Amino acid sequence: MAIEVRVPTILRTYTGGEKAVSGEGATLSEIIDDLESNHPGIKERLIEEEGLRRFVNVYVNDEDVRFTGGLRTSVSDGDQVVVLPAVAGGA
Amino acid sequence: MLTIDQATYDAIVAHAKKDHPDEACGVVAGPEGTGHPERFVPMVNAARSPTFYEFDPGDLLRLYKDMDARDEEPVVVYHSHTGTEAYPSRTDIGLASEPNAHYVLVSTQAHGNSEGPVEFRSYRIIDGQVSEEDVSVVDHS
Repeated sequence: MAIEVRVPTILRTYTGGEKAVSGEGATLSEIIDDLESNHPGIKERLIEEEGLRRFVNVYVNDEDVRFTGGLRTSVSDGDQVVVLPAVAGGA
Repeated sequence: MLTIDQATYDAIVAHAKKDHPDEACGVVAGPEGTGHPERFVPMVNAARSPTFYEFDPGDLLRLYKDMDARDEEPVVVYHSHTGTEAYPSRTDIGLASEPNAHYVLVSTQAHGNSEGPVEFRSYRIIDGQVSEEDVSVVDHS
């Protein structure tokens, strides 16, 4: 069950420059663990303690996972996961 | 150095003045790999704050999908500071996640919504390191 994961520029150092990699799993959490096994270090950039990092956005089929169960969001073959760091800052 | 055309420069400044005292934000997209800022895309500051900005996560996804479809990248990421100088704050540096982008800061602290000059400065922010660069405003990009 392969899921396409779109990787932002800043994390492509972990994927050998690839814009998209494939992951396996039934939930977002499993996908991220699978990514970590092939691209060590990437998980820590996405997750802190028990949840997604505040300034990392993850979408499954264009839905922000914050509204679909977070790391427990289910994924299935053919789904697309997009990771985008927040564009944010302030004085 | 950032080379930007006068119309885009003016559009960024106008956006910053309009949204003052809240921070304004947006990007200027350009063809991937060229470094040419061509397509001005003002964004909504979802934080609606004088001290913070954040693109709405839904808008962010649409923006990146749109740029992908056009083979573009964010050449410029801009935002305004409304009560401080146009220099990246610690938060700006910590959250900067586009190593190829020119980070443009505009300060509206001197004149707010009114006519008058603004500070317009550009930086590279890579791995927490800030380097300022010259800005060249040209008639046509």
